[in-house]
Amino acid sequence: MNSLLKVENLQMHYFTSKGAVRAIDDISFELTPGETIGLVGESGCGKTSLGTSILRMPTPPGRYISGKILVDGVDVIPLPEREVRKDIRWQKISMVFQGAMNCLTPVYTIGRQMMETLNEHSDMSRSDAESLITEYLGYVGLSPEIVQRYPHELSGGMKQRAVIATALFLKPEIVILDEPTTALDVIVQAQIINLLKKLKKQFSLSFIFITHDLALEAEISDRICVMYAGKIVELGSNAQIYGTQGPAHPYTERLLAATPRLFKKVEQLQFIPGTPPDLIAPPKGCRFNPRCDKAFDRCFQEEPPLIEIEPGHMSACWLHQRG
Amino acid sequence: MTDTILSIKNLKKYFEPHQSFTQSIGGGGQKKPIKAVDDISFDIRRGEIFGLIGESGSGKTTTGKLVMKLIEPTSGKIFLNGEDVTHLDKEKLIAYRRKVQMIFQDPYASMNPRFKIKDVLEEPLIIHKVKGTIEERTKMIVKALEEVKLTPPDEFMGRWPHMLSGGQRQRVATARTLILNPMMLVADEPVSMIDLSTRAEILHMMKEVQKELGLSYLYITHDLSTARYFTDRIAVMYLGRIVEIGRADDIIDNPLHPYTQALIEAVPEPVSGKLDIIKELPIFGEIPSPANIPQGCRFHTRCPYATDACKSEPEPELTLAGEEHYHACSRAYEIPAERKHKQAG
Repeated sequence: MNSLLKVENLQMHYFTSKGAVRAIDDISFELTPGETIGLVGESGCGKTSLGTSILRMPTPPGRYISGKILVDGVDVIPLPEREVRKDIRWQKISMVFQGAMNCLTPVYTIGRQMMETLNEHSDMSRSDAESLITEYLGYVGLSPEIVQRYPHELSGGMKQRAVIATALFLKPEIVILDEPTTALDVIVQAQIINLLKKLKKQFSLSFIFITHDLALEAEISDRICVMYAGKIVELGSNAQIYGTQGPAHPYTERLLAATPRLFKKVEQLQFIPGTPPDLIAPPKGCRFNPRCDKAFDRCFQEEPPLIEIEPGHMSACWLHQRG
Repeated sequence: MTDTILSIKNLKKYFEPHQSFTQSIGGGGQKKPIKAVDDISFDIRRGEIFGLIGESGSGKTTTGKLVMKLIEPTSGKIFLNGEDVTHLDKEKLIAYRRKVQMIFQDPYASMNPRFKIKDVLEEPLIIHKVKGTIEERTKMIVKALEEVKLTPPDEFMGRWPHMLSGGQRQRVATARTLILNPMMLVADEPVSMIDLSTRAEILHMMKEVQKELGLSYLYITHDLSTARYFTDRIAVMYLGRIVEIGRADDIIDNPLHPYTQALIEAVPEPVSGKLDIIKELPIFGEIPSPANIPQGCRFHTRCPYATDACKSEPEPELTLAGEEHYHACSRAYEIPAERKHKQAG
């Protein structure tokens, strides 16, 4: 099968004064053209770290330990920064960063900030760049006069649209969206999701959609990749995760039960007790064992491998092999 | 006759924009006031969780601030336990704040990082000059920590805020309000900054505390999905007005105002099979500026069911539609048929 992006046994650790934080610990997955893959999990499980690693810019003190990131068959990790800038970043893969709409400089106009991206990554003439900005603002549903406005004059939804337009300028094939709707109201969130679906079709994009909200993931992602403590614990299609038979891994199950449902009257909402583990010294065996109510002896001894439990559905839990 | 704890009557808050000297003498025309809260009335009953729901810019946070008496209303009245508390002098204000406490949105920013948890909890006792020996105060702190299930309390008292998770911090924030034995809590988006896995835990804890101590809550949020579980009654706000009010179940199962319908429609549900669907939201664009509220029904600019009458006729008032269920839409009974028609074709 032809894959656009292939991550193979990727390990990326943050080297802090207290020790190495194993933020991404042996992760493999593939992204095929036109697909949206959703990364879900609690804060601190490595979703954003994986996003920035794929863009080949792990946040310091993060360093790659091992593994490959193949973009069109070429491993990007050993490439020099100059080449990544020229050929990969924003040309092939771009990213809408978490809270990007709040990171716009208040003293520059939107147009100037959008122009900056173009100047940095391409040698387009000024007039070409201006017409490109106008064109892309149209795609995201903003009027061209926005370029003269300052960030404080725009609503959250408008800023997010401008940030999305900026990510699409150089016709990337893959866009990483890190919590693109978290700070927005529900109506604006639904509008942005609609916009993303439209843009995906229009430009035949592939998305990596990062969020902690499983309900949102159900609306946009073809496949869902559930992360816990730097590892993938479950990977399955939308139907496998949200279908009637329910997810396979206890963590996904608990996460789904903790998601509030509008049309379901419940006496008590479920939650996952405790917090994700310290990634400097993760627990022995399965990393979820301190919080799992189904854990048995083997879970405390050995780490469960990610195995295929049905076609296209992977899960890392000893329960599947218990018989 | 139900027992009302907080009563809001025709409350308004207009913010006057800053006028430069030339503007004030008529040079650049008058700037319009921002009508953040524009004539709202509601009652909160004893032991009730009352949800105030709306987008950013709907005036829900301003309403919370008015109830907390952090800002003075332009007009209207606020009653606590039947007593007019709209304007209070300094001494009475301190007494009022003891009865009505607030839980803030951001558990990371609302705590002094140089205070240990014990100090965080002792601060309200000092501010409100609660008399007592050190032992008595410590006892109160332990009790408050136990109420929010931070056990063992002794261990938590010596910790610093940075050692706690978001969920634990929000528990401390709740304990800090409980230590003064309030009657009512105002919670402005208390879980929006907290991870989904812990969100349910905090709401559950807040509900337990509410039941145990017979408290009333004003719960302010933009997210309807927790509302059915958490609240008893809901008021939906739009551009400074309440457009629908009723029991949580009625509002969610049988929304009558098109704005409420749009809010419900926009909530994502974790079920499969919605990938190729572009959600038809029964609402246009974004919320207008509260400095420039549309004529007629203020929702008509975004409403897919608006007619010419909605623009020209005076704004619809809240009308009774079912038991305790009020809405402010003149076409509420024609909309269901139109909606079906639209969805069908």
